[in-house]
Amino acid sequence: MTWRRRQERWMKVAMMAATSLLIGSFFALLTVLVVKGWQAISWSMVVKLPTGGAYFGGEGGILNAIVGSLLLAVGATSLSLLVALPTALLLQPDYAGRKKFAQFLRSLLDGLWGVPSIVYGACGYALLVALGWRACLLGGLIALAFVELPIMVRAMDEALGIVPKAMKEAAYALAFTRYETMRHVVLRQALPSLVTAVLLAFGRGIGDAASVLFTAGYTDNIPRSLFDPVASLPLTVFFLLNTPFEEGQRRAYAAAFVLLVLVLAVNVLARVITKPLSRYIVR
Amino acid sequence: MAKVMSRRLFWDRTFTVLLWGAGCLVIGLTGTLFTALFWRALPLLHRQPLSELLMGTQWQPAKEAFGFLPFLIGSLGVTLTAMAIAVPLSLLTAVYLAEYARPTVRLLLKPMVDLMAGIPSVVYGVFGVLVIVPAVGKLAAFVKTYLPSVPLLTPSAPPTGYSLLAGGIVLALMVSPTVIAVMDEILRSIPMSLREAALALGATRWETVRFVVLRAGHPGIVSAVLLGFARAFGETMAVVMVVGNVPSIPKSLFDPAYPLPALIANSYGEMMSVPLYDAALMLAALWLFLSVLAVNLVAQHFLRRVRRGWAG
Amino acid sequence: MPRIVVRNLSVYYGSHQALRDVSVEIPDGQITVVLGPSGCGKTTFLRCLNRLIDLTEGAKVTGEVFLDGENILAKDADLLRLRQKVGMLTQKPQVFPMSIYENVAFGAWLKGLRDKKALDELVRQCLQRVHLLEEVRDRLFAPAFQLSVGQQQRLCLARALAVEPEVLLCDEPTSALDPLSAQKVEELFRELKERYTIVLVTHSLRQAKRLADYVLFFYMGELVEHGPAQQVFSEPKEEQTKAFLTGVIG
Repeated sequence: MTWRRRQERWMKVAMMAATSLLIGSFFALLTVLVVKGWQAISWSMVVKLPTGGAYFGGEGGILNAIVGSLLLAVGATSLSLLVALPTALLLQPDYAGRKKFAQFLRSLLDGLWGVPSIVYGACGYALLVALGWRACLLGGLIALAFVELPIMVRAMDEALGIVPKAMKEAAYALAFTRYETMRHVVLRQALPSLVTAVLLAFGRGIGDAASVLFTAGYTDNIPRSLFDPVASLPLTVFFLLNTPFEEGQRRAYAAAFVLLVLVLAVNVLARVITKPLSRYIVR
Repeated sequence: MAKVMSRRLFWDRTFTVLLWGAGCLVIGLTGTLFTALFWRALPLLHRQPLSELLMGTQWQPAKEAFGFLPFLIGSLGVTLTAMAIAVPLSLLTAVYLAEYARPTVRLLLKPMVDLMAGIPSVVYGVFGVLVIVPAVGKLAAFVKTYLPSVPLLTPSAPPTGYSLLAGGIVLALMVSPTVIAVMDEILRSIPMSLREAALALGATRWETVRFVVLRAGHPGIVSAVLLGFARAFGETMAVVMVVGNVPSIPKSLFDPAYPLPALIANSYGEMMSVPLYDAALMLAALWLFLSVLAVNLVAQHFLRRVRRGWAG
Repeated sequence: MPRIVVRNLSVYYGSHQALRDVSVEIPDGQITVVLGPSGCGKTTFLRCLNRLIDLTEGAKVTGEVFLDGENILAKDADLLRLRQKVGMLTQKPQVFPMSIYENVAFGAWLKGLRDKKALDELVRQCLQRVHLLEEVRDRLFAPAFQLSVGQQQRLCLARALAVEPEVLLCDEPTSALDPLSAQKVEELFRELKERYTIVLVTHSLRQAKRLADYVLFFYMGELVEHGPAQQVFSEPKEEQTKAFLTGVIG
């Protein structure tokens, strides 16, 4: 009898240990990054562009990367949204939902969900070479949009699927067309979840390095056109972390810190924004 | 009235066309992706048979030696190490969160786990370089001194900490939140009545979990592990920063390794200067694409079956 | 002059036949009650009358249903016009995720009514006719979901009336309501029958007796008996009808 109770107790200890280990690592990570980042960050770091020779300890800040990451993430999320929302709607039973096509599309997107972003980067690179272009903002945007697409479609698919069938039928019974039902009823009911889906993908987009590695290039400046190369925060970290020069390292830590702050901010925003958006939705 | 009606029908039809367009676009783009990779990898495939490439151990692009074996083993090694650490930790944590934790504790911890899932890989990489690599380095030195000839453990070269193990630990940290989230969802979907029936028979909480809940959620749990595996196999940035990137087959946990994604990431600069180098890297990317896609599809298939099981 | 003529209507869900060869004429300007035990096909029948059956997966429909002379089951039937003419009320009220005002106004807005004053007037009228206006006058733009279930059902009725239908299909409209709200809604039906043809599904014999002018009795997918309410309730011709009326079945 007591052996079973002992086993219960041991397992509970093991569980709490495992949980603590993981949560503890999380806090360790936050601590290390905040400490290093706080030391490295300064007002000038955030608002100044690097003046060249960043790897060798040149002067300046990481504004190029901050602006670059925001451009990339906002642009890619918008591009992705343009394709993801219609695709998610298509997957609903109102459209292709019951046919084999939808099953196939869903499986395809499920598979794409896990494809590593470096594959998208390599592919984007192949395309750039084929077109004779250099790595640039546009290349990065497209590769990043590819990364965000499966994430967005799946989250949106779930959000739209929760809308009660009876609500849609009520709209159809009132002589709404499918478009009108989607636009005025379904999208409104699913709005909070849809916005969360977009923010989720955005968060992923700011932090992704592998897809922009080959496709977006890197530069000390802010791009002036879609065909200029663009810097990004993750790549700043990747390139500068291992320089022997302290100035370069500082920039890497600052970039990592800004990245972390941005991602956490997006996460918090997603939680905060749900309530006001849910004012009219039916529970 | 009729004019309004026809306008409404026009918008409805246009919208439907747009939706189908988007769907076909997605399919078309995926096909393009695959084709682009395959086409760029073709020059190499023409020169050397696939089996030779996959089994070759020499990686010297300048001499046109493209042996992928070290990278395949590196990838597999790092991923398996990561899963060996991540699966028990994730399972225990998921069971704790779903079965044992008090609602307030869960309310606090679950968002943290979700937050962890969103942290970019380079940030994990920084943590790896600053904390994990030195720690592993010290451990490696300890092992080398006191356990000079244990297979799989004793480092073959002076250990630097940049190793398979470091990569595995960092990957485990990265992959756990996702795996936990899926397992948690599975566990919470199992009806309370099942647990109550077991408890009523006098089982302890752990016995209920072990013999009833985990059995019921078995396919879902397996799916979660497979998803984690796929994610770890393809993860690039965090791994490349800590794993050492030496193109030889690692013989111990403390040896450096060179997983496929890291290879692709590191070779970025030199790709175009050496003939066939880019074809080799595209082949590596293609291999990654297909293997991860395959594992993912299998995992998703089971996951959908489990989810549909509840609705039915 | 019959409003709706049903001829040889059958509905299959896969291999299961839910409606067997139903033929009947539904009179104009009266409350026709569709009666029968649970699962006998009443809701299926109703959903055929506004082609909502199309949205049920795997449903196959054969036969003809004529509304004002036109077969609504024809492949080329104008669904939008049909659904504007034939309104529906469901058992559980499904309000839209909008304000009370918007719920009522939306159908008309889609039809092309954009003039703000006219919309206001329409909303007020419809809410007045369902006796909801006094209760929501000061919060017309509050979320519709905040209303009680009884109020939501009346809102759904106002919403249906706003698109100016001619027929109203009601699927157990009061079974989810408390007795007081149910009574109010029944009152409304009596008022509305002057301008609309009402087809009402219910499993409550008492409600049927209160409201019906004409009765359709279904059992196991078959239309067993139909006729003026007086006649069916006092002198039922079929055995199953008698059994249902005396409480033996259903």
